[in-house]
Amino acid sequence: MTVAATSTSPPTTTGGQSGVRLARSRRNAELSLLLLAMVLVAAYGAMVEASVLDTVTPSFWVPAAALSAVFLGLHVVIRFLAPFADPALLPSVALLNGLGVGFLHRLDLARATPAERAELATFAGTGGRQLAWTLISVALAAGLLAVVRDHRSISRYAYTLGLAGIVLVMIPAVLPRSISEINGAKLWIRVGGLSIQPGEFAKLALLAFFAYYLVRKREVLSLASRRFLGVDLPRGRDLGPVVVVWLISLLVLVFEKDLGTSLLYFGMFVATLYIATERVSWLLIGLVLFFGGAYLAYVLGDVVGGPFANFYLRANIWLDPFADPYNDGYQLVQGLLALGSGGMFGAGPGAGQPLKLPEVQNDFIFAGLGEEIGLFGLSALLVVYLLIVERGLRAALAVHDSFGKLLAGGLAFTLGLQVFVIVGGISGLIPLTGQTTPFLSAGGSSLMANWLLIAILLRVSDAARRPVTGGGAPSTRPTGGPPEQLHGAPTEVIRP
Amino acid sequence: MPELVVTVARFGFLILLWIFVFTVVGVIRRDLFAGARSGRLVAAPRGVGAVLGQGGKPARVKRGKAARQLVVTAGQLAGTRITLGEAQITIGRAEDSTLVITDDYASARHARLVPRDGQWFVEDLGSTNGTYLDRAKVTGPTPVPLGVPIRIGRTSLELRP
Repeated sequence: MTVAATSTSPPTTTGGQSGVRLARSRRNAELSLLLLAMVLVAAYGAMVEASVLDTVTPSFWVPAAALSAVFLGLHVVIRFLAPFADPALLPSVALLNGLGVGFLHRLDLARATPAERAELATFAGTGGRQLAWTLISVALAAGLLAVVRDHRSISRYAYTLGLAGIVLVMIPAVLPRSISEINGAKLWIRVGGLSIQPGEFAKLALLAFFAYYLVRKREVLSLASRRFLGVDLPRGRDLGPVVVVWLISLLVLVFEKDLGTSLLYFGMFVATLYIATERVSWLLIGLVLFFGGAYLAYVLGDVVGGPFANFYLRANIWLDPFADPYNDGYQLVQGLLALGSGGMFGAGPGAGQPLKLPEVQNDFIFAGLGEEIGLFGLSALLVVYLLIVERGLRAALAVHDSFGKLLAGGLAFTLGLQVFVIVGGISGLIPLTGQTTPFLSAGGSSLMANWLLIAILLRVSDAARRPVTGGGAPSTRPTGGPPEQLHGAPTEVIRP
Repeated sequence: MPELVVTVARFGFLILLWIFVFTVVGVIRRDLFAGARSGRLVAAPRGVGAVLGQGGKPARVKRGKAARQLVVTAGQLAGTRITLGEAQITIGRAEDSTLVITDDYASARHARLVPRDGQWFVEDLGSTNGTYLDRAKVTGPTPVPLGVPIRIGRTSLELRP
């Protein structure tokens, strides 16, 4: 209960000293955690070389050192630009990113012939490219922190971002198949040798729009309701926006043939709706709509085929992966076998056979890692994801403005949902879909978008944890209007 | 590489991974389970539902007698109204208060109003200059009748139906 919770914070006296007790930025804790994470990444690199090459080369530390330099750079930027940001976010993400680069480098080593191995440069191969993408992504995240000094300023561009998000989602659907389709899912824009997944960025833009829209509409959505079977149901006309988003996500499912992205957009919207209104009915409506839609797509895929055929096939593979283990079910079966042969403690970094897994650098990186670090290691990685999501939700709880709450809560939930969708997919819990594993999978778009997401979470958590500066400067507030701080509460000012 | 070294390194890596996880947990332990300072999104999302006669829990509040609004009657913010719900109202100069008052005699976290079974209680949070209910100084949680002024520095607040 909020009453009990607030009573624990001791009252402070008048004056500007009220923030002193809270004013611990914990940047040094972040630094030591970051160094520990980098030690882990370096150790992983050394062990991979020991297994694959039978010897540890003198330059095993180079990728880890490059990563450390980049992350330390971001750490310094945070020290100056967001000094009260959450100390756990950066090291956790850095660990996942570093292990991702390490694993991709390990794939390069396994693919290369012994002669090529000696000449594998730092930025060559999938691992090297991922290292370069990490550099760019972290620079982008630092740039976002520098440009957006107050997360509330994002809400000024909410409609622009919403439009941009929808356009980004729609581009691959309308582009010809030769440009946009990879492995049956139309999610890409391929220009030259570069492939961009615009949906990854659309996620962020749409979420900023959802947060802004719901801050404005939440009272209507949460108040006007009818009670039915013990659940507060919203009025029919208030269902409009959720139905529209549901339709968009179904269109994504049909035209881009990707259940994961569709589930991600819809889940994102329903979760922000729930955070905004605190109504369980929205969750129930969302779940019913989504499962109804997915089942309908399955039935249509069986009867009509066409655009639904892909989903029907994937659902059937999920229902029985071993029905056709050498063709349709090959990828999932290989993934399950990899996880199974990894067992409890895994074969050891570098000792597995990840090249037997199709798409091991993208969708199946978690299965590939699982073979080598086992359930014990995988669950540690999952806990790291859990901690990142928890820190995001914590920032959402602690920040004072509604827009920030929705933005941080929604972003943290989206990250968690994406991990659920892909890990659920490779472990056979839900139908497999082509989602990237955040921070681990090879791919620039995904890495950049997720680092931007972390930058926003850092920005919001900085605002949430920043100590209250006592008396402030009351005179700077415009008189006549309500003070800015009141805008989270439903107040009205009587004007004579 | 000797087999023993590889095995030790393998398990050492996994243990180090978990040490990292627990170190992170140690760093954030303090606020991992602590309550949020302001968990609710708005002060009273459902309370207004009682006005519409459709809300859930606030329906218990007796109509006509229950306080629905907190009105600032004197001070810089005179004229401000806050619709009351189930959530407590914190008053003070701190920016995270529900009602941020810019009164020279108010403390950062001065007082709070807490609803219990339809009755609102005022509680002083250890302010320097004290909170007064009409003329009496508030020492513990005190029930606030309708229309009786709560005085904080130069600011006066009243509950209105």
